[in-house]
Amino acid sequence: MMTFSLTKKAGRLPLSYEIGKQMHKIVSAIFLAENIKKIEIEAPRIAKKRKAGQFIMIRVGSTGERIPLTIADSDPEKGTITIIVQGMGKSTRELNSKQVGDTVSDIVGPLGTPSHIEKFGTAVSIGGGVGAAIAYPTAVALKEAGNYVITINGARSKDLVILENEMKTVSDEAYITTDDGSYGFHGFVTQKLQELIDSGKKIDYVLAIGPIPMMKAIAEVTRPYNIKTMVSLNPIMVDGTGMCGGCRVTVDNQIKFACVDGPEFDAHQVDFKNLTDRNKVYLPEEKQSAEAFAHKCNLQ
Amino acid sequence: MDPKQLTTKERFAIPRQEMPTQKPDVRNKNFKEVNLGYSQEQAQQEALRCIQCKDPSCIKGCPVNIKIDQFVKLIADGAFLEAARKIKEDNVLPAICGRVCPQEDQCEKMCILTKKHKSVAIGNLERFAADYERETGNVKLPTVKAPTGKKVAVIGSGPAGLSCANDLIQLGHSVTVFEALHELGGVLVYGIPEFRLPKEIVKSEIEGLKKLGVEFITNAVAGRSVTVDELLKEEGFDAVFIGVGAGLPWFMGIPGENLLGVYSANEFLTRVNLMKSYKFPDNDTPVFNCKGKNVAVFGGGNTAMDAVRTAKRLGAEHAYIVYRRSEAEMPARLEEVHHAKEEGVEFLMLMSPLEFIGNEQQWLTGVKCLKMELGEPDESGRRRPVPIKDSEFILPIDMAVISIGNGSNPLIKQTTPDIEVSKKDTIVVDIDTMATSKDNVYAGGDIVTGGATVILAMGAGRTAAKAIHEKLMGIEGDE
Ligand SMILES: Cc1cc2nc3c(=O)[nH]c(=O)nc-3n(C[C@H](O)[C@H](O)[C@H](O)COP(=O)(O)OP(=O)(O)OC[C@H]3O[C@@H](n4cnc5c(N)ncnc54)[C@H](O)[C@@H]3O)c2cc1C
Ligand SMILES: Cc1cc2nc3c(=O)[nH]c(=O)nc-3n(C[C@H](O)[C@H](O)[C@H](O)COP(=O)(O)OP(=O)(O)OC[C@H]3O[C@@H](n4cnc5c(N)ncnc54)[C@H](O)[C@@H]3O)c2cc1C
Ligand code: SF4
Ligand code: SF4
Ligand code: FES
Repeated sequence: MMTFSLTKKAGRLPLSYEIGKQMHKIVSAIFLAENIKKIEIEAPRIAKKRKAGQFIMIRVGSTGERIPLTIADSDPEKGTITIIVQGMGKSTRELNSKQVGDTVSDIVGPLGTPSHIEKFGTAVSIGGGVGAAIAYPTAVALKEAGNYVITINGARSKDLVILENEMKTVSDEAYITTDDGSYGFHGFVTQKLQELIDSGKKIDYVLAIGPIPMMKAIAEVTRPYNIKTMVSLNPIMVDGTGMCGGCRVTVDNQIKFACVDGPEFDAHQVDFKNLTDRNKVYLPEEKQSAEAFAHKCNLQ
Repeated sequence: MDPKQLTTKERFAIPRQEMPTQKPDVRNKNFKEVNLGYSQEQAQQEALRCIQCKDPSCIKGCPVNIKIDQFVKLIADGAFLEAARKIKEDNVLPAICGRVCPQEDQCEKMCILTKKHKSVAIGNLERFAADYERETGNVKLPTVKAPTGKKVAVIGSGPAGLSCANDLIQLGHSVTVFEALHELGGVLVYGIPEFRLPKEIVKSEIEGLKKLGVEFITNAVAGRSVTVDELLKEEGFDAVFIGVGAGLPWFMGIPGENLLGVYSANEFLTRVNLMKSYKFPDNDTPVFNCKGKNVAVFGGGNTAMDAVRTAKRLGAEHAYIVYRRSEAEMPARLEEVHHAKEEGVEFLMLMSPLEFIGNEQQWLTGVKCLKMELGEPDESGRRRPVPIKDSEFILPIDMAVISIGNGSNPLIKQTTPDIEVSKKDTIVVDIDTMATSKDNVYAGGDIVTGGATVILAMGAGRTAAKAIHEKLMGIEGDE
């Protein structure tokens, strides 16, 4: 076994180690909320290269599927990236069952077109549920570019709120909303955004990431005011490199491949219905996989 | 009887040896290889049919000019290992090419016997020799020249990249192959199915390259993980070969293409071959459940045949090929068309899809087609299909696979703007050297030609390797 000290002083690491690392080790793993885990994992090259808005494809084990996850954060010195994973079905739950020291088979990235970052003026970054994890790195980049950053972090209830402190740190104004009113603003992120607009604040840019209905609703809030609004789409992906077309979405009546042309698109042009429908294509199989995985876990 | 004493007439009298296959109604339910390969006796019989032309025209039909007369004679003489080695002087992937080359358009088309008799089964013999060498464990590693100290990066592990890496490593250069996917082999692995090209064969070829010292880095997307400029300027590579294939599936641009159940051939085949979704739920990646369903594949090439036969194997009740032209114009290998028919694939020729139709949940339920007839020949010399008036009808289908070809992936172009590309986004090269417009960067295979063949990609990889070697060592080229 070759060992390398993962510090800058050690000089360049061989490319084969940096990119082609086969088994990526998990260096920290903690639950942020029920079912949502923050995982820091070795991926030196990606840690150096990634930009806000980009993602990785990860394959947990040798029979695993390739699933896309946003790079929430990275530490180029340590050679690690951070992902925040919501247990949805088999693959994400299996990933969330991993502990420090465990490995995953494959990670490839950084993929996707980085978020378009410029000094817009006042930028609102909205994250719904685990979407906050995806919105966070872009909020950081927006702040670094000199924007006045407002974040709205929405969750169903208090214990599902993630990244509260991180969001506060990057924001000039940070809001939490909960559907049940157990914390922060009682209501949806859309209502909070509407309130901000109604208060006369001049908003130049909105980024919204979360469940499809939420992103669609945000698009409708900003449309009448012509506020530039971007959303990060989550179609089902296979390769993540533009080779299969499985991730195609309809934007401005044209086919786009979310993994290379996106994942961020102009919210006012996205056909959300088509995306919602297409994401249902494997419902029975996903259920079957998840049940088999739950069964296996119970046996252990 | 001494085989060498056979008269030409006696040679003509030997029938072309048929490739033994799994029975159609058995193989259309499994993913094992269809063709079983010649026995030694069959191979020798077939080799005896070759009349050993003084000026073998078959060689001119082979894009890499394998010394066909010589290797066939070696098989006839029972010198199977020598035959394999003779082939390998010109073709580094004979077990693969013997299986997937469109021989009827290449070597076998030019065989002198083709006119009056059936051509010598050159592809089958090539496969036989290569399999014999591999299966008997007699693969001899070629000698590697003393290290030159030069480093070459090869991007893409398809046939173009593999053959380029093979030649360069033997010349003493250090070679690193970067592959975007988690497995090596390109289309040979994610596209062409197991029943036509067992993955073990591709693996063993790659193992051979590893033994020679080629380094492979998977999960490395050029343009994202590392750019061409970084390879040259920061990572110390002296030259780069780009063999990234034609990997951007085209859609037809008709209504309904985003309905549930509509796939590109790349997606369908990648799910099944690379991600092994036919083993779902043991493997996690799902694919449309074809069992008892009607599946239509649109296109007439090898990819279309692979997709439709895969759907049949996954249990499709009806598996259709829908093609705009007539069967004669289909670009697929004859053998695949023949095998597909035997397996129960239904061919709907001269039919053009107009629109996909779905139900309320947006699942595909049918495709509206227009019947065509053949009109005047077009620029390509093929008779152009023209619509028959009022011939529209709806074909009920549950799944569609679009297999009308691929464009070029934009990643390299976006991140290396100083490499010249054509209007179609293929990389422009000097065909003698495969050099691109960027210094020390070469390209070959489908990224240059658009979707073509394994042997052409391989040939391009070799041409580039030679040019790279000459450039790095300061050797004057032929010209
Ligand atoms: C660009 C992008 C970034 C993402 N970032 C994050 C993130 O940072 N954190 C996070 O928790 N989730 C993220 N997701 C969603 C995540 O990829 C899916 O939740 C995950 O693939 C579900 O897999 P599963 O087997 O656990 O669930 P399944 O039971 O298989 O599926 C649950 C749902 O997830 C979606 N899905 C299933 N398979 C895939 C697939 N191969 N690719 C994409 N979606 C799929 C489908 O809509 C499905 O209905 C992202 C998705 C995309 C496209
Ligand atoms: C289903 C199917 C069936 C076919 N059947 C036949 C047949 O029977 N006979 C025949 O002769 N030909 C056939 N072909 C065509 C043949 O496979 C191709 O012409 C040939 O594989 C091209 O080789 P290549 O090396 O140029 O590219 P590919 O085989 O496409 O390999 C390119 C490799 O580069 C990788 N790559 C892409 N982008 C990047 C990047 N940015 N960074 C790193 N890696 C990257 C890809 O993942 C891939 O592994 C078929 C093609 C398909 C799709
Ligand atoms: S490589 Fe292909 S064309 Fe050449 S001899 Fe072999 S089968 Fe024929
Ligand atoms: S053309 Fe045919 S008969 Fe002549 S050498 Fe070639 S394979 Fe043999
Ligand atoms: S995931 Fe295959 S093209 Fe985007």
